[in-house]
Amino acid sequence: MAEFRLPKNSRIMKGKTFPAPEGATRTRTFKVYRWDPDDGENPRVDSYVVDLDSCGPMVLDAIIKIKNEIDPTLTFRRSCREGICGSCAMNIDGTNTLACTRPISDFKGDVKINPLPHLPVVKDIVPDMSHFYAQYATIRPWIRTQSTTPPDSERLQSKTDREKLDGLYECILCACCSTSCPSYWWNGDRYLGPAVLLQAYRWLADSRDEATGERLDDLEDPFRLYRCHTIMNCTKTCPKGLNPAKSIAEIKKMLIARRGI
Amino acid sequence: MKADQRPLSPFMIGPYYKPQLTSLMSITHRATGVFLSVVGAPLLLWWIVAVSSGPAAYDALLACMAGWIGKLGLLACLFSLNFHLLNGIRHLVWDTGRALDLKSAYTLGWLVLASAVILTAVLAGVLL
Repeated sequence: MAEFRLPKNSRIMKGKTFPAPEGATRTRTFKVYRWDPDDGENPRVDSYVVDLDSCGPMVLDAIIKIKNEIDPTLTFRRSCREGICGSCAMNIDGTNTLACTRPISDFKGDVKINPLPHLPVVKDIVPDMSHFYAQYATIRPWIRTQSTTPPDSERLQSKTDREKLDGLYECILCACCSTSCPSYWWNGDRYLGPAVLLQAYRWLADSRDEATGERLDDLEDPFRLYRCHTIMNCTKTCPKGLNPAKSIAEIKKMLIARRGI
Repeated sequence: MKADQRPLSPFMIGPYYKPQLTSLMSITHRATGVFLSVVGAPLLLWWIVAVSSGPAAYDALLACMAGWIGKLGLLACLFSLNFHLLNGIRHLVWDTGRALDLKSAYTLGWLVLASAVILTAVLAGVLL
């Protein structure tokens, strides 16, 4: 059901302010969501004033600098720092994106940093992604075949068939799109969400996969697929420039087409 | 810490998620649809009943509609109908798999919004 307020234990309080180091001339304030599972308090927003002259260009550089030099208790996920692992997906200034590929100069004024929306928080900007991953597992995201494996070669694919996977295989499952979707916020328990549906389409579109019928059966459900109302927040926010809304529309088309209408 | 005691991360459109044409068109589509069924349809029903009950009932309806509340209600119904109809066509185009790239979604979105406002203004000038 649609909800418009945060539960009592999730309302956000004012936090601490960490001023800029003396002599810093070019500074920027980062307002970061903080929640510590051990102190029994509500979440708060801490403000860190960062000296940009001694900081890398990306938002992730600033967050790492805060942890290294200002406040070592700040907790976040990061790994590759080049937009391929999806770990540092977070809500920056009101839209979901990867902190590592988003320059600080993209933002005017204070930079607000929150965890990906409408997820349980593990600590600070680390959300609990278990449900998202469990949903990904339900589509069985691997090649499923009935025919016997060719004895002395791989399963081959024409160039044209391979091109059908462009715009799909690049998805890194960062969950920016799913957590930008109001329908996923409110029906995420049963609606699979844009990221998982794009992945589902990635296997439907693969010429080597032989379980198309079974995959479509699994998706033909008022909640799993049809909670998508083409809002398009997913496509708007994807940090890899992919189009989950289009993939979902293609799945819906396949379901209509197989009825022979 | 038990998993079910974890706070929910903030999500609300406005203070936490940036309002965008994508989500706002969708919310407006939903709101106008609800408005048409909760206010528009009963109004239409009232009109049909009034027409078939004779001049006295019809005069009563006209008197209600002549006041500013009545006019505002009719204007809201008119906008809701125009917006819901035009945006519905946008959704039908999407359902065929076309115009789903971000640029087309925005171009058609602004087009629907502007057309709905202009159409409402023109029709209101003629009818109200």
